[in-house]
Amino acid sequence: MRIYITSVPISDYDNAVEFYTGKLGFVKKRDIEMGHAMRFITLVSPEDPDGPELLLEPNAEHRGIKALREALAEDGIPITSFAVKDLDAEYKRLSGLGVLFTQKPMRQGGWYSAVLDDTNGNLIELAEVPSA
Amino acid sequence: MFTCNTLVVDLIFKALADPTRRSILDELSKHDGQTLFELCQRLLFEHKVESSRQAISQHLDVLEAADLIRIKRQGRYKFHFINTEPLKTIQQRWSHKERS
Repeated sequence: MRIYITSVPISDYDNAVEFYTGKLGFVKKRDIEMGHAMRFITLVSPEDPDGPELLLEPNAEHRGIKALREALAEDGIPITSFAVKDLDAEYKRLSGLGVLFTQKPMRQGGWYSAVLDDTNGNLIELAEVPSA
Repeated sequence: MFTCNTLVVDLIFKALADPTRRSILDELSKHDGQTLFELCQRLLFEHKVESSRQAISQHLDVLEAADLIRIKRQGRYKFHFINTEPLKTIQQRWSHKERS
């Protein structure tokens, strides 16, 4: 068994693709029309094109997801986490692109992490991950 | 502003009487304007406070009631700031009078 996909809740495909490809730098892997204006869009890291895919899940208006996202945002809790090689460089690059960080880079217990707003209603953690 | 309002003073002392709440103030005085998520991580790693986020949230309510922290909302986010103003009440109350 292996982990092949993870998802972030979104409400607008174009805005989500713009942020996750244009700002974060992921690339589109699948974009399948599902009918009823639904699409199956997954993104991958250009550093790991065969690695886990990020599914843009259009469920942001679901009442459960809505309640979850409001509570997470209020407490500043990220919905998922992406690994970076150089957090300082990413923080500088993304801040320069106008990305809002709710937590600046912070070193705690061997982890170096920051939290950003994905402009799609989610907080995302970026982390320099120590080897296990 | 100097006040002798007993209720207000009680809230300040109650808030300061707990070591976790003092650690929260320590962390905010080092890095002001933190989300609950950031604060919990700093408390865990720097003060070995292993309380749940819910427990920390309740400590923050007590500190806010004493006006020792202030919450600023920015869109959907909540940031916590230290406010040392109420401590002046305590300091002024027992301030040492210089003898000539």
